[in-house]
Amino acid sequence: MAEIAESGGGHGKGGKKRAKKQSTRVDMTPMVDLAFLLLTFFVLTSTFSKPKSMELSLPADPPPGSPPPPEVKNGVTFLLTKDDRIFYYAGQFYSAGNPKGMPPTELKETNFSKEGLHTLLSEQNKWAIDEIDKLSAQNKAKILADTTFKRLAVEKTADTKAITVLIKTDDQATYRNAIDMLDELKICDVGKRVLGVEMSAPEFQLLQEKIK
Amino acid sequence: MGKIKVAKHAPSIDMTPMVDLAFLLVTFFMLTASFRMAEPVVVDPPASHSEKTLPENTVLVTVDNIGRAFFGIGNGEAKIAALDKISKKYNVRFNADQIKKFGGLSSFGVEVKDLPRYLDASEAERLKFQPQKGVPLDSLNNQLKDWITFGATELNAIYMRNKDDATNKNIEFKGEKPRYAIKADGKAKYIYVRDVFKTFTDMKIYTFNLITSMEGGETKAAAPAKH
Repeated sequence: MAEIAESGGGHGKGGKKRAKKQSTRVDMTPMVDLAFLLLTFFVLTSTFSKPKSMELSLPADPPPGSPPPPEVKNGVTFLLTKDDRIFYYAGQFYSAGNPKGMPPTELKETNFSKEGLHTLLSEQNKWAIDEIDKLSAQNKAKILADTTFKRLAVEKTADTKAITVLIKTDDQATYRNAIDMLDELKICDVGKRVLGVEMSAPEFQLLQEKIK
Repeated sequence: MGKIKVAKHAPSIDMTPMVDLAFLLVTFFMLTASFRMAEPVVVDPPASHSEKTLPENTVLVTVDNIGRAFFGIGNGEAKIAALDKISKKYNVRFNADQIKKFGGLSSFGVEVKDLPRYLDASEAERLKFQPQKGVPLDSLNNQLKDWITFGATELNAIYMRNKDDATNKNIEFKGEKPRYAIKADGKAKYIYVRDVFKTFTDMKIYTFNLITSMEGGETKAAAPAKH
């Protein structure tokens, strides 16, 4: 309480009529109460952070009858499945007993931790990351203009020496896994990525054996 | 001998600065507050390192954890205009009250034929509304596609109109072009979200914004490491 009401002390003897000395102070307590009530209300209800968003561009479907896409060089294929598990293999897929006589592809497992996916991608994409680091150093040293830097960096990620990542999901993989994957690719400067390609039957079979 | 005199009046604190401060803060929060509209489902988007904020002018498709699709437009005017077109296409009539309610709706996940009943329901009843199976996006009955088409057309029309107005009045135009946003629950199966992607790509829309939350404060271990 702002003020404790003073009992008027003028009741003494000698009933002389005197203008009572009235305090000009207003009791502000209710107003303060109200102000803080409103304050609490607005603090709790207001949404401060605007939601963040990630831009995604998907490729257009190839027109029917167009030639099949060329073989991906330097590719890493990730297979996302249930329980946040990721399997991957590098290069082309060879099923057992393929006509080319290549050893059959084996799936390796990794996870979403820093030691897993992040390390893996940084190693695979070392060339592009190093090139971009070099460019970034030049940019910081003011040798390279910002726009040139951005353009060159994009060119590096599109280079044949940089990796291409294919993300394939089965029907158990969650959206979170896909987003985490995309996020990690962005962090590791992977420019060429293909999301949501259908898993081929041999791939699916191999995956099923692994997660059993 | 001088005796220490004790002040007789009651102890009092000058509260004016505190009140000033309190009201300043109240005013600040009042003016900055943007209220969250009641949404039909709670969706917990996955985290990412992306720092782009979501543009305001969006056609939003929400996918909840069991794969239902919900549709929403960020602009009430466009929403009502889109409803009008949908009403003509599906031959479902809406009265003035329902149209008004629709303008204030954040997003919905019911079929067009159930929409009048959904709008008539109170906010509490809407949460328990049956059937709320999401906006159909099956290739046989792709209502989501129509909603997106009409919604985007209306948003674009409003955007162009505002832009023209601004150019006529010689004011700098600050509006953003309408965009497509997808907000999906992290636990949703990817195939459900893929169906939504497919609805967009079928319409030759290839770029959208995926709504994510900020990295950090995430309970899940499955968060990518920072560079």
